[in-house]
Amino acid sequence: MTLLRVDELTVRFRTEDGPVLAVDAASFDVAAEEVLALVGESGCGKSVTALALTRLLPRNATVAGTVTFDGTTLSALPESALREVRGRDVAYVFQEPMTSLNPVLTVGRQIGEVLRQHQKLHGAAARRRAIELLDLVGIPLPARRIGEYPHQLSGGMRQRVMIAMAVACRPRLLVADEPTTALDVTIQAGILDVLRDLRTEIGMAVLLITHDLGVVADIADRVVVMYAGRTIETAGAPALFARPSHPYTRGLLDAVPNPARHADGGLREIPGRVPVLADSPDACTFADRCGRADETCRRHRPDLSPGPAGHPVRCWHPLPVPEPAVPA
Amino acid sequence: MRRYLLRRLLESVVTFVLVTIVVFLGVRALPGDPARTLAGEESDPATVAQIRHDYLLDRPLPVQYARYVLKALTGDLGRSARTGLPVRSTIGHALPVTLQLAMFAMVIAVLIGVGSGVVAAVRRRTATEWAANSVALLGLSVPNFWFGLMLVLVFAIAFPILPASGFVSLFDDPVQSFRHLLLPAIVLGTALAAVIMRQTRSAMLEALSADYVRTARAKGLGGSRVVLGHALRNSLIVVVTIVGLQLGVLISGAVVTEQIFVLPGFGKLTLDAVFTRDYPMIQGVVLVTTTAYIGINLFVDLLYSVIDPRIRVGGAVL
Ligand SMILES: Nc1ncnc2c1ncn2[C@@H]1O[C@H](COP(=O)(O)OP(=O)(O)O)[C@@H](O)[C@H]1O
Ligand SMILES: [Mg+2]
Repeated sequence: MTLLRVDELTVRFRTEDGPVLAVDAASFDVAAEEVLALVGESGCGKSVTALALTRLLPRNATVAGTVTFDGTTLSALPESALREVRGRDVAYVFQEPMTSLNPVLTVGRQIGEVLRQHQKLHGAAARRRAIELLDLVGIPLPARRIGEYPHQLSGGMRQRVMIAMAVACRPRLLVADEPTTALDVTIQAGILDVLRDLRTEIGMAVLLITHDLGVVADIADRVVVMYAGRTIETAGAPALFARPSHPYTRGLLDAVPNPARHADGGLREIPGRVPVLADSPDACTFADRCGRADETCRRHRPDLSPGPAGHPVRCWHPLPVPEPAVPA
Repeated sequence: MRRYLLRRLLESVVTFVLVTIVVFLGVRALPGDPARTLAGEESDPATVAQIRHDYLLDRPLPVQYARYVLKALTGDLGRSARTGLPVRSTIGHALPVTLQLAMFAMVIAVLIGVGSGVVAAVRRRTATEWAANSVALLGLSVPNFWFGLMLVLVFAIAFPILPASGFVSLFDDPVQSFRHLLLPAIVLGTALAAVIMRQTRSAMLEALSADYVRTARAKGLGGSRVVLGHALRNSLIVVVTIVGLQLGVLISGAVVTEQIFVLPGFGKLTLDAVFTRDYPMIQGVVLVTTTAYIGINLFVDLLYSVIDPRIRVGGAVL
């Protein structure tokens, strides 16, 4: 069952240096209870896409396209109705636990706010529930932590608080925007475990945004690859790792540290960087960085259509499906 | 936290001692006979002799200083060279006038300043912000005395609904006190409001673009909860600082305002003392003013720690 449908989502920013096209007709679905990873290099429009779902973008953004959540067209809802959705049905965890929590309010107060807003829980009841939630995300001594301020907690603990806050109302969809990127490698696995456990326990879907394919392999069911605001490849996680069709996806995979694959241990970074576009070009936006690009790529816009590996890809010259390894 | 408070308290005491030394030396550093100076221009030799004796002016400076401090501590600030009345009771009469005026003005300034600062930040790049900015600029550039005179012309003379001068204490008759202090408090308050507005606005702009505000919105909180409960709550440090700093400005502003509205306050007292070279009075006025400044600063610091848990708990900031 489709929980979230994003159709031709387009986001433009007005900036002092002119217009910026951050998301270019991106389309994807999230099924109920699935973990969908949205991957791509920094600046590809992942965060903007996430924020656009419930119109959390700053005022210099204009959003087009439709977002449907559980049969409701979010993009048509007035702000007041959207507020009911935020934090209750669709909840967020952001990248920077340092700055995403309010420094002058206690942890308990910040969790309590969501409970009051959506579940009309006050006072002792809210406090009890907040303690329960901290316990749920694996914070030791929750009854004491509840009265502490963010600066008294470590980065990992803060991110757990963010997660507790996000799942307070048992959302149907959790949008986790690079939830482990700002954290120590040693702490990342713990946070992913919490997300995985909660997903099963609450039965929520997770839109996991990351540029770390290791994280994707760890917990994602399906993957959407994004490049320069466009969705360029969609596949089940195993299929994507085994049979990437877009040269960009291939490049991302090659850039993952993998001593087994690169004997020298070095990474093959994709040369060049993500362009900042003012408008949508009639071309493949990856052409300038792509070894396979030709005139077609530079003059015509590719569509997202089924590729050689059977899953959708936006490429004029998708990679062939590798020969299956012959069993010995 | 306790150590921090102790340190601040100690600093305040040191500042206070330095001030008393400066005040003490100030009069003695003037050319001529300090006894004459303290007694006033046209005093008879008997008075001068009395003063010389009272102030131990024939004894070494440290002795004089010790006596001055001891007397000041017991509340004895000497007698006015002009009226012969005790400096302490004269100040005691004038101070409540100014304090009531300053408080009233501060309430007006904070209400207008913080309110319009928040609105200007939230309604960024709209006609509302432009209007708020223009009014603030106007408030900054219009001189107090002119604005005061205009208010008197309109509300006391053309439409006589408020008194143009005089003072009634809040504790004697709240309604009359309000009517007497309204115009001077508006004059004094609006000038401050402009400064508070600008600081609040820039602090709010920063807060509103912070990550935690995005988190608050992502939780589904309503606009006012986000703006007041999160952004303004974080901007309070700035507001408190500016209000604390402006309390000083308020006192000097009171000098002009009290003159216009003929209020028997501290500002008027200061001005009269300066113009008549009433040194004992000037000494007393300076002492009271600096004590007030030090007290306000200490109070603002305490408020910081109430507002910002990073100062209060853990001491990560200090
Ligand atoms: N508030 C904004 N104003 C202008 N441009 C923005 C804003 N937010 C994001 N962008 C631009 O949108 C593009 C996509 O950004 P983002 O979604 O944050 O990338 P990422 O995939 O790393 O999350 C970038 O080029 C960025 O500069
Ligand atoms: Mg991002």
